[in-house]
Amino acid sequence: MAVPEVAVTAVDEGFWTRTRKTGAVVLALGLLAAVLFGALATDQQARFTLSETEGGAALEINGTVGAILFGLIAAAAGAALLAGVPKRWFTLLLGVGLVGFVLSFLCWQVSAAPAGSNFMPLVNVVRNTFVLALPLIFGALAGVLCERSGVVNVAIEGQLLMGAFSGALFGSISGSVWVGLVAAAIGGAFISLLLAVFAIRYLVDQVVMGIVLNLLAVGITGFLYERLMQTDATKYNSAPRFGTWEIPLLKDIPLIGPALFRSNIFLYLGLLLVLVIHFALFRTRWGLRTRSVGEHPTAADTLGVKVLRLRYRNVIMAGLVAGVGGASYTLALFSFTKNMIGGKGFIALAALIFGRWSPTGALLAALFFGFADQLATYLGAIGSSIPSQFLAMLPYLATILAVAGLVGRVRAPAADGKPYIKG
Amino acid sequence: MSNPNPVSGSPDKEPATEAQEARSEARANPTAPAGDSERAVAATATKEPPAEPRPSLGRLFLDNLWAANTVTVTVLAVLLAMLVGAVLIIVSDPAVLATYGYITARPSDAINSSWTVVSEAYANLFKGAIFDPEASGFTAALSPISETLTYTAPLVFTGLSVALAFRGGLFNIGAQGQATIGVILAAAAGFALPLPPGVHLLVALIAGAAGGAIWGFIPGILKARTGAHEVINTIMLNYVAVYFLSWIIIQNGVQNPRRADAISKPVEASAQLPRLLGDNLRVHAGILLAVLATWFVAWLLNRSTLGFELRAVGANPDAARTAGISVTKTFVLVMVIAGVLAGLGGSNMVLGSTADALTPQVVAQIGFDGILVALLGRVKPWGVLMAALLFGALQAGGNRMQSYSGISLELVTVLQALIVIFIAAPALVKAIFQLRAARAARLQTSLAKGW
Repeated sequence: MAVPEVAVTAVDEGFWTRTRKTGAVVLALGLLAAVLFGALATDQQARFTLSETEGGAALEINGTVGAILFGLIAAAAGAALLAGVPKRWFTLLLGVGLVGFVLSFLCWQVSAAPAGSNFMPLVNVVRNTFVLALPLIFGALAGVLCERSGVVNVAIEGQLLMGAFSGALFGSISGSVWVGLVAAAIGGAFISLLLAVFAIRYLVDQVVMGIVLNLLAVGITGFLYERLMQTDATKYNSAPRFGTWEIPLLKDIPLIGPALFRSNIFLYLGLLLVLVIHFALFRTRWGLRTRSVGEHPTAADTLGVKVLRLRYRNVIMAGLVAGVGGASYTLALFSFTKNMIGGKGFIALAALIFGRWSPTGALLAALFFGFADQLATYLGAIGSSIPSQFLAMLPYLATILAVAGLVGRVRAPAADGKPYIKG
Repeated sequence: MSNPNPVSGSPDKEPATEAQEARSEARANPTAPAGDSERAVAATATKEPPAEPRPSLGRLFLDNLWAANTVTVTVLAVLLAMLVGAVLIIVSDPAVLATYGYITARPSDAINSSWTVVSEAYANLFKGAIFDPEASGFTAALSPISETLTYTAPLVFTGLSVALAFRGGLFNIGAQGQATIGVILAAAAGFALPLPPGVHLLVALIAGAAGGAIWGFIPGILKARTGAHEVINTIMLNYVAVYFLSWIIIQNGVQNPRRADAISKPVEASAQLPRLLGDNLRVHAGILLAVLATWFVAWLLNRSTLGFELRAVGANPDAARTAGISVTKTFVLVMVIAGVLAGLGGSNMVLGSTADALTPQVVAQIGFDGILVALLGRVKPWGVLMAALLFGALQAGGNRMQSYSGISLELVTVLQALIVIFIAAPALVKAIFQLRAARAARLQTSLAKGW
């Protein structure tokens, strides 16, 4: 019958559904890319080399042609969304649209680069994307563990920082990377234990507690850094580092192999954790309980789940994960410096929200943010006219758009941030 | 709409918890009349008449001295924080730590050396913040107070910004970003506009306020229109503001042409806040503006229609909507006013004596510290002023502690964070010191709402 049909569409925001709105935006972006980037691109070949340098096999395309072509592909994806396609195509088409836009942009930038640097070494780009995304992955996973069980974790920054600090300190004192790694995990767990006790036992506002704990972590690590590490760097701030572990067979895959499988323990650990937490969250008893506590603690309690104990456990596990993430700095890349996390914890929070509170979503969001970060470095190196500061804003702006409901809808676990009082 | 009840908002009650308490009262006491919660929502709750005859004032004072009231808990929280700070000072001093190696043989060594290092550090903290007994002369004697007030002024503004938003049921983590945009516009007006003294200062302040207002408006309108959580958006906007600042500093026309590093042209003297006690002391008119702002926010919250609506929305948006208050309009207005306050706080950083040009660190941490100040001040305007004074004093004293005792300034950050942690969990302080339950005020700073 026609009448209820109409009634349903009327409720569903009429013609301008979310899909159509998104489609219109993507169409506009694609056309903009085809016209603007196409006009700005030069006739130089844009080379995307499958190595770390200019040489070797490469994907090539004429700059102008590429910019217009990929722009049109993005526009086509947008047009398809606007025309009204089944819902299951939404993510795919949106992805095609965004990737097309980015490729069009890259064709312009690479072809317009000074002569001799009209190439983009993809191995470098992929590797650095993962390196830059690594703390975000660990941080966002810490967020998933906390928030899925109903405790808001704004203290990711502090957990990463404390992990980095105690990894460096105890790694240096003991001279062992493994002691450093364990100490880093415990350092992160220390901050999240404070979060757990004050949020769960004393019912302090969780966002407030997170903010205060971040400051506390900055203060404690900064204080001890100046008092200990600066006065005697060889004793307190010269942690050993994890070497490169090559995975046999996998390391010989072109592009992916050298970029991902000749890396250190933290990358493998991070990717493994995403899989493990994803499986645990959606396929095990613990996961079901965690999600139910995060959505409706009263119902979970009625069914015999120990709400508070589960929350304590998950928050502390989150601290362990974030602590290891902090160690991915001090036990692999740099020695500790004051406030060295520098806001990565908040980008991790953004990745968590942008990834809709799921481990795989968080991974993708973290990679996207890592790519934006790497792109800023690359564009700086080829002397692009795009200011790197605006690319650095990208993760934050993307998150604002996501939360405002412009790119799909994000919804936090229902009981996220609400203390549970039994009784 | 005019406020029917001029004495709305029981001053003794923790404002941030009005709604919370109303709800928990209703839960704990199901037999209470249902009108109870509405009464609290409208913030017209009257105190129950005392059942027994009023005890003498002295008796009351003694009773309350060791009870979990605001003042006692605050003082004890500061003491606890300083105790933890002392432990940090001791464990981070290898020479002192070495004496603990033979503590069983000669305990006096460990105790004496610990006492020396800790007492010297805290003595310098006091001398740098309040008064140095060895100082001679007018300038030297007033210097600590001047420093304290200089650090206090911007914190009052950002603290008020966060507190005002709290009262309206919003958590403004974006004071940092609002102050950043504020400082950019204030500085731009300060070095770009050729205006006579007085007018120039006024224009620069208005520009700073406008910058904060814009940055407050965005999360406000997003919250009102789409329901996007202001905590997330303000966090993100903080970083957008930081990157915008680092971009704009190095643009032509903004960057100081004589410098290679990231620093803007200096603000002209005509746009600077006048110094109050001569050129050798840094205290400037910003502190007077801060007191004025405190008075204004107090008036706004407790005496104006907007303030009444704001508190009603903060206590219970659904009830407020039912009563005919536009919740969305209130959200936007609250965030804009909060942005104005934070923007003025940012302006203080470049128009006052702290700096006269934009640098990437020009706003320091005033936005994040503002959150702590607001919580410490129990989200009441005059409380915020007091809390900002304490934080300003810690900052000023911390500088002296760093240069005289070699104790890193970061200790101040630790102390500030710890004080607020203890304040936020009064139950902990109460348990540690075995305090009596307070008669009137229930101490609970829980504002939990989630995303």
